[in-house]
Amino acid sequence: MELIGLANYALFMGIFIGIYALLALGLNIQWGFAGLFNAGIAGFFAVGAYTSAILTSPYAEGRLGGFEMPFFVGWAGAMVAAGLIAWPIGKICLRFRSDYLAIATIGVAEIIRLVVKSEETLTNSARGITNIPRPFGDLPYVQSQAAYLSIVLLCLGLCYFLVQRQFNAPWGRMMRAIRDNELAARAMGKNIEGRRLEAFMFGAALMGLGGALFAHFNRSITPEAIDPMVATFLVWIMLILGGQGNNKGAILGAAVVWIIWSMSEIATDQLPAEYAIKAKYIRLFLIGLMLQLVLRFRPEGILPEPTRGESRPAQVSAQEKD
Amino acid sequence: MLELDQLVMDFSGFRAVNGCSFNVEQGSITALIGPNGAGKTTLFNLIAGALKPTGGTIRFLGEDVTGASSDVLFHKGLVRTFQIPHEFHRLTVLENLMMVPPGQPGENLFSNWLSWGSVKRHEAEVERKAWETLEFLELTHVAGQRAGELSGGQKKLLELGRTMMTDAKLVLLDEPAAGVNRTLLRKLEEKILILNRERGYTFILIEHDMEMIEKLCHPVVCMAEGRVLIQGDFQTVRSDARVLEAYLGETAGDAA
Repeated sequence: MELIGLANYALFMGIFIGIYALLALGLNIQWGFAGLFNAGIAGFFAVGAYTSAILTSPYAEGRLGGFEMPFFVGWAGAMVAAGLIAWPIGKICLRFRSDYLAIATIGVAEIIRLVVKSEETLTNSARGITNIPRPFGDLPYVQSQAAYLSIVLLCLGLCYFLVQRQFNAPWGRMMRAIRDNELAARAMGKNIEGRRLEAFMFGAALMGLGGALFAHFNRSITPEAIDPMVATFLVWIMLILGGQGNNKGAILGAAVVWIIWSMSEIATDQLPAEYAIKAKYIRLFLIGLMLQLVLRFRPEGILPEPTRGESRPAQVSAQEKD
Repeated sequence: MLELDQLVMDFSGFRAVNGCSFNVEQGSITALIGPNGAGKTTLFNLIAGALKPTGGTIRFLGEDVTGASSDVLFHKGLVRTFQIPHEFHRLTVLENLMMVPPGQPGENLFSNWLSWGSVKRHEAEVERKAWETLEFLELTHVAGQRAGELSGGQKKLLELGRTMMTDAKLVLLDEPAAGVNRTLLRKLEEKILILNRERGYTFILIEHDMEMIEKLCHPVVCMAEGRVLIQGDFQTVRSDARVLEAYLGETAGDAA
């Protein structure tokens, strides 16, 4: 019995790590590659979650929906919608320098949250959208969790592959150059505004997918889930701790921070009730402290941004012989 | 090839460039000299599209490019270096060079996913060119270092290296010799001449090293207080009374 409980807990944790890793990967494209300070992750998360919810949920009185499409259509739709909504936001906000961009994106995320909370026909306001189908949700509990975990890991693996490919490609190099020195990148012929917009939309699409995975896992989505603390700042901490500019680092950071975050909840729940509530704030403090320590002693994160060119590759000289 | 007509640049009340006009011939190496604060770098920023002029026109290859941004000008064949090195500090030295060539297929998100093979072939070519450039600049030993960790002189060389990674028509060099050691400087002069003669690059360079200017440049344009004072060959400009006054007058003014 105890063992099954543990297994369940591990599965649950694995699913969340997978979802957060997707968000961190998306942020890594925006911040790690392109240097865009997006503090509105929760907004894109919400757009993805609700888009998929609307596309896949059964009909309900008084709100848009009833399309009952398969889950993968919903997830693809979530990525497209989050990417598309990033377009006008990026068009307007990406002209700002980093800290102003942060303020602007916080504002945008707040607007999205308020719209979701008060809009009746689109998102069913505060009650949220329920009865979202979960793939393999009909299986017994543990199997269903395990199946969902595999799907999440599959998505994560695929996204990691797609993002890592870009990192190793001229696109990633160009984005990092723009991040390092905008003026010089422009003088080297790069279209800064257009490229930043690409990175912003690409990152937002992954955040949207993260939101959709979250909604389908919970079988429902409500405005409470769009909490900037857990949907934005926790992701930032994951990326900074794991290593900005490093995709493996983003995933590792998501795992480390989420394990500490959820383990500390178990620890505080052991306390007597009156302290347990207070101890919730200790968890926030712990995470903040960890961020400070990382920034002080290892600002590049656990896994720093990889470099290229240590040794002249053999294939270069080999090709000369050809 | 490049025609500047009555260029004016105001910085909220301060006029850094004040009615500057001159032409640059195809295939020439033009020196731009003048005392500190004469407006040379501002003029470079105007030509390269980093700043939009308050007044006047710039024509490049017969086309009006006044106010065009620097990425557009780069694709027309105008490349510049910076007086204070603008390296991509977290990229390695090799990557700094490899990002330069325009129109790389791998700069498109979808070709990286859908036609990785052709992207990689193109990358191998770019990488080969980058190693050649590093070899010439004697920077191969730092190829894998982040560019931000280089010395000042090495960063200067890297700036020059970037102009060699593309097929430029006009190259603007902002004090290429400053902070570069003598031996390397001679090599640098050689390379500028080779690029000029064999690849047909036209150069404009801002420089204070008179030896270098004498060896390479014709004509020499002397600027003072935001406008062209005199233009001609090295000897004429050097012996002109107004040039001496512009340089020395400043010192005399300071002393008074």
